Amino acid sequence: MTTYYSEEHEWITVEGDIATIGITQHAADQLGEIVFIEQRESGDEFEKGDEIGVIESVKAASEIYAPVDGEVVEANGALEDTPGALNESPEGDAWIYKVKLADASQLDDLMDLDGYKALIG
Amino acid sequence: MTDTPKRTPLYDLHVELGGKMVDFAGWEMPVQYPMGIMGEHKHCREKAALFDVSHMGQVILKGDSIGEKLESICPQAYATLKEGKARYGFFTNEDGGIMDDLIVSNAGDHFFVVVNASMRHQDIPHMAANLDGVEVIEIFDRALVAVQGPKAEDVVGELCPAARDLTFMETTVADINGVECRISRLGYTGEDGYEISIPEDQADAVARAFLAHDDCEPAGLGARDSLRLEAGLCLYGNDIDQSTSPIEASLSWAIQKRRKEEGGFPGADRIQRELVEGAAKKLVGIKPEGRAPARQHVEIQCAEGNTIGEITSGSFGPTVGGPVAMGYVAKGHGEVGEKVNLIIRGKAQPAEIVALPFVQQNYKR
Repeated sequence: MTTYYSEEHEWITVEGDIATIGITQHAADQLGEIVFIEQRESGDEFEKGDEIGVIESVKAASEIYAPVDGEVVEANGALEDTPGALNESPEGDAWIYKVKLADASQLDDLMDLDGYKALIG
Repeated sequence: MTDTPKRTPLYDLHVELGGKMVDFAGWEMPVQYPMGIMGEHKHCREKAALFDVSHMGQVILKGDSIGEKLESICPQAYATLKEGKARYGFFTNEDGGIMDDLIVSNAGDHFFVVVNASMRHQDIPHMAANLDGVEVIEIFDRALVAVQGPKAEDVVGELCPAARDLTFMETTVADINGVECRISRLGYTGEDGYEISIPEDQADAVARAFLAHDDCEPAGLGARDSLRLEAGLCLYGNDIDQSTSPIEASLSWAIQKRRKEEGGFPGADRIQRELVEGAAKKLVGIKPEGRAPARQHVEIQCAEGNTIGEITSGSFGPTVGGPVAMGYVAKGHGEVGEKVNLIIRGKAQPAEIVALPFVQQNYKR
């Protein structure tokens, strides 16, 4: 399964027309200890660049921006009670959304792992 | 503040310890170390933490009747501050607003004053202009470190037995590792602890000696902020500023009885009036019921939906285990137990007015 990366430090994996979205370990490390996440609900539609959630660390709030157009199929509800999981396994169990892609061709605008590694240096 | 940030004598130590350095009030300071803000915060509450606060302004006042003269620019009873004692206070302006908060110590042959990093440029000329016949000497060649937490007495006392004999808000001069330091039993975390002024060329060695103690870990500005917020202590620029009066800021405890009655300080008209009639707004503790932290500038609404104020400091409280905040609410509101709503990203989140501090203060009286 291919993993795509956005400049806003999100990762996306795709199975059929359903994509899973989360934040990268690099993003989690930069945010510091995460204490709260605000997520959209199932059925919410969004466009690339829309704010689709907020992650708060002890110090500050950071927005999550949609890397593609789509619709929320499922928000990871476990994160509400254990936001710290976003520090532990942001690229594993602590995924944020499953979404239905509106336009799979938008994935072509995203980076692959090598591209993302180059971005974060 | 476009100049290159200044570095404290402990800069190399911060970098060696993995400190994440940020520009704070023109100083390159560690916001956290690899342990992280939560770990550092809890370590301070449970054992002891070392903070570099060398960016704060250290000032020596020399001359006659310094305490009396300070009373002309501060509403505190500094004329009666005994030798070896320290007292929290603030400079007020003619409108009764707070120009800065500070700690004043009577060091016997002089007074020792510590002011906020961001207000040094204002405070030093203010004292020089208003303290007639007093020499105002800003110190640039000493570091200031805080060792805070229930184990602070062990950490500092092991190297400096005299520190054990101090009680809260007492100050003395004593040797640490053969270096003469000013040691004051106070701080801004709500915990027992010390602030220690050290000659700059010895600061690194003294800090390392404290950190060599098993119970002492370094902590950054992030933990310092969450600790002071849980302790219900005001941050200048957030919770208090030129427009807020000490009465609004719930700091009337810091104005001694004689000064409240006699006045004779800038803004006394307003402050004395507010003492009698109450202020237009007051600073209160606010506990959000959910998990979302309420940050500075979040709107506070009463149960009926009218705006009654604004959050001035808000974060996640690691010891409380949830969000904590302070903010101003209009007169007629602010009773402990009152239900309010916080408008976070457009949504009303329930919260309650609570008594400050959020965490019991743990001073050695």
